[in-house]
This record gives sequence, C-alpha cells and structure tokens, in this order.
Amino acid sequence: MSGPSTYVPQTGFTRWLDSRLPLVRFAHDTMLTFPTPRNLNFWYAFGAILTFCLGVQIVTGIVLAMHFDPSANVGAVPGSSLAFDSVESIMRDVNYGWLLRYVHANGASMFFLAVYIHMFRGLYYGSYKAPREVLWILGVIIYLLMVMTAFMGYVLPWGQMSFWAATVITNLFSSLDQITGGLKVGTHVATWLWGGFAVDDPTLNRFFSLHYLLPFIIAAVVGLHIWALHVPGNNNPLGIDVKGPQDTVPFHPYYTAKDAFYVGLFAILFAFLVFFAPDFVGNPDNYIPANPLVTPADIVPEWYLLPFYAMLRSIPQKLIGVLVLGGAIVTLAFIPWLDTSKVRSNRFRPLMKQFFWLFVVDCLVLGYCGSQGVDAAPGGVPLVWVARVGTAYYYGFFWVLMPLIGLIETPKPLPDSIAKSVLGAAQAPAE
Amino acid sequence: MATTTTAETTRRDFLYIATGSVAAVGAAAAAWPFIDQMNPSTAVLALASIEVPLETIQPGQSVTFKFRGHPLFVRRRTPAEIATAKAVPVSDLIDPIARNENLPDDAPATDANREIKPEWLVVSGVCTHLGCTPTAFEGDFGGWLCHCHGSQYDVAGRVRKGPAPQNLAIPVYSFLTPTRIKVG
Repeated sequence: MSGPSTYVPQTGFTRWLDSRLPLVRFAHDTMLTFPTPRNLNFWYAFGAILTFCLGVQIVTGIVLAMHFDPSANVGAVPGSSLAFDSVESIMRDVNYGWLLRYVHANGASMFFLAVYIHMFRGLYYGSYKAPREVLWILGVIIYLLMVMTAFMGYVLPWGQMSFWAATVITNLFSSLDQITGGLKVGTHVATWLWGGFAVDDPTLNRFFSLHYLLPFIIAAVVGLHIWALHVPGNNNPLGIDVKGPQDTVPFHPYYTAKDAFYVGLFAILFAFLVFFAPDFVGNPDNYIPANPLVTPADIVPEWYLLPFYAMLRSIPQKLIGVLVLGGAIVTLAFIPWLDTSKVRSNRFRPLMKQFFWLFVVDCLVLGYCGSQGVDAAPGGVPLVWVARVGTAYYYGFFWVLMPLIGLIETPKPLPDSIAKSVLGAAQAPAE
Repeated sequence: MATTTTAETTRRDFLYIATGSVAAVGAAAAAWPFIDQMNPSTAVLALASIEVPLETIQPGQSVTFKFRGHPLFVRRRTPAEIATAKAVPVSDLIDPIARNENLPDDAPATDANREIKPEWLVVSGVCTHLGCTPTAFEGDFGGWLCHCHGSQYDVAGRVRKGPAPQNLAIPVYSFLTPTRIKVG
C-alpha cells in the first residue's frame, strides 16, 4: 500500500537534502500522506498510545537513573540498601522526584494496559493474518521484551517484592536441572544470571544495566513493527483489503488528530492514577527493604503478569509448570498459522466471536486466581482448579478451537469495500 | 581478476574455509569474556563457612541463619517430631533421595540420612521449587510451608507436597562441640 512518493521538496535546502538523505521524504510518506483505511475505530488508537507510553518510560527513566544507586550494599540506614535508600531519596529529596518515579512506576502499568488492549484488538480483527504475520510476530517479541524490562525494573528498588520476584523468576531456569540430569545446567544458568549463589549486589547491578538497555531495543523493534505495518498497510475493523484510494484517507490530519485525542484521554486516566492513587497498582511489601532470609507471606507479581503466574502455580510439577508459563507466550507467535479461517474480522465470525469473548474472560479469571493466596477457595471452589480449567482453555483456544472453528464456521457475508460499508452504497465514490 | 566456475575443490576454497574458521574461533574467543564476566567473581567464590551456637535453641524451635547469602534452618526437634519423621516410609516421599551433602549422592531419604544427630535438623531454607524461604510450623506435615507456590515439607525437611521437586538440601556440616556446629 506504500505507493509512489508524493513528496515535492519546496525549498533549495530540502531539494539539496532530498538528493543526499531523503529524511523529509520518508517522514512525509510515512507520517503525513500514508494511506490509511477510513474506518479505523477507537481500538486502533493504541498504537499511538503505546508509542506515547514508550516515550514516557524512556524520558522518566533516563532522569531517574541520574539519582538511582544500583547497589545492594548497606548504606546509612541499617537493614536497608543504597538502592532502596536512593529510591526513598528520589521520593523525598529530589526535586519532583516523587512525580518522576510515580509516572515511571505507574507508566509500566499503563503501558501493559495499552498493550493488552492492542493485542486483544489484533486478535479480534484478525490483524495477525496474511500478509501481516511478521508484523504480529514482531509484536510478540516487543511484548516479551516489555515483560523482561518491567521485571528488571521492578527489581531495582530492592524492596521485599523486588528481591523475591528476582529470586523466583531467575529460579525458573533451575527447572532445566530436571532434564539435564547430573550436568545441572539450570543451576549454572541461575548462578550465571545472579553472579553469585543468590540474588545479590551483582544481580542488581546487571539488572540496572539491562533495564536501561532494553527500552532502546524495544524502540528498535517498534521501528521494525511499524515498517512491517507500512508494507501491507493497516488492517481495519472489517478485515477486508483496501481496494483503492476511495477506501483510505491520508494519515495526517485524520489519524494524527484522532490518535492525539485518544492519547489525551489515556493521559487523563494515567494522570488520575499518578496523582490520586499512585500506589494503587503497587504492593506495599515493596516499601520494606529486601531481606534474603524472610519471604513475604503473599508473594504476587504485578497485575499484568498475574494470569501467567496463575498458570505456573496451578501445575504441581516444577518443569511442566515453567514450560506451561513460557509456552503461553510462545503460543502467541503461532497464531497466524493456527487460525484456519479465511475471514479476518470477528465481526463476520459469529462462532469465533463467542469464543473470543470467553477467552477475554478466561484471561481475567486467571488474573484473579493469580492474585489470591495459594490455597484460596472462595465459596468452597479451590482456585487452583479454576486456574487449571483456565489454563486448559487458554491453550485449547489457540491450539484446538482456532484451527477447528475456521473449518466448521460459516462466516457472515463480507461487504464489497470499506468505502461502501462506511459511506453506504449511494454515497460511495465511484470505484 | 577473472573467476572461473569449477566443480573441483581449489586451493582458494581451502583458504576461504580456513580463513572463515579462524574468524569464527576468534569471534567465539572474543565473546567468552563478555559471557563469563557474569559468572560469580573470585570475591564471591571465596565463601566463608559459619559456626552456629546451639545452646540457645529450645526444643521445638527453628532458628534461621544466613549462610552463603541464603537462609539456613537449624531446628531442634522434639521426641514426638522425631518419631513422626522416622515413621514415614521412603516409598511415601516425592523425592526418595536424601540430598545430604554429608552422604553419598544416592543415599535414600530416610530420617536417619537427614541428620547427624536426630535432635538437630540442619537444612537449607531455600525452597527447591523457585527459591523462596518456607515458613516453619505451617502446612499439613508439621515442617514448613512455602507461601509462594504452596510446597510443603515435613519435620525432616523432605518435600511432601509439590510443586517443589526435591527435599530441602543439607549442607556439609559437623559438630565442633555438642553445642556448636560448623557449616560449610
């Protein structure tokens, strides 16, 4: 859909530059005149919202790093650490430090909220289907990088939750011992990650280094993601291909304005969280300095990882539990080939639509299970069994229902074109 | 230079492969320091052993010490607890191996193989699932319950309920005097 360039340099300087480095031409073609389906709805604003989130995290992160001390050694306060103390100093002493840290910490949650909506949107409208498989897989890679970055960032304040999250997650690798026998590959990997025999100062140092690095790698993969988007162009709520100029509008001003409006709404929600409930998504135990001898009574990850945590906990065998956890994310990369339907959008897939919404509910239920204690059984229903059913549905949805429904479902008739569907047959420009 | 296509292996092919091989070995050699720097440094490897005084620990009490960065449980077991632990057949255990560094690797996980003196249980406080510290005197087996993912251990530190795959590890230790042990 990226047709011939329509850029015409207007000044002597831009003509000179255009024949040497066509930077302005590139920006003009990708951000101004880029032909975009005219029927994109609210749910398509999350690409712009996510770009905003990445920018906020990088900018606040760079300045927070100016005040943060990545050391697990004990400083002036006994029982604490220089890292913990420096975060408290950011909160109390650094000018506007409280604001920058709360924006960064809540920014992670807002980032994941947006990315989940973005992913569910792609799932609903079939945005992973040919020719957008690479676009989708790059998205899965970005999500994986986001999880890694968020995890390492969570470790940095060196509170109780930081320390024990680092311990539990790095120990996931020790499950490899169960398949490598006497070689103890898993233990060696864990030791290598720690730089010692437990999570300690070397671990904190390297997590800080990588936490600073990964967002820039994310930014690079986002570049590829947008590149892969601009080759076939946007999918749209109808899931049918763009047939000609009558189906599109230029990106600017139509979608720059629409995206900016929704970024504004998103920023209002963001600001509400930062200014009125800054610790709402946080865990109070992380305001206790890390103690390697005492695990908090209830150790839970941040809300955005709860569904995966519920899956891990529902499996009573270590290695299988870890594989189920990892497989849940890896599965996403296979979706383009698991879905056998020729129709992209769930608007025209009456059967799939129902299972899609059941899948959304399933993710929320898994999240709830993950947030409760190990032995919780509200109303006499043991949540571990709810989580097992939820895990089975998660996998069943992708590996059984997706291939099967595409074969047995009769989709509703697709509209002839985006223009006809949006404007009505009478008003549609001649094709 | 003119190039000719020939099915026969030439000296030039050999030079290409040899040069490429040297470059690959060189790249691997250059990468190794960047990988190995993350392993424990010599300062970390120079681990000390600790001595633990036992006289203040009362029967039925479990005390936690820090050993090599991890918690270490020293538990003075009551006669009733010892009897309970001895009554468990090895066939009932999830992990039938003693996991005692003072014994051979294949020693069975009988209660006798889990201690030097029955009154004193000295075990690592690292849950063998994902490394949390279990809480003493909780769970269905009188030993430890790990709050992270629900694993349970008995009064000999043996895993009785998953997801943990192994018994709590027993480090190398010895009695210096009847009331003092050296661990490590």
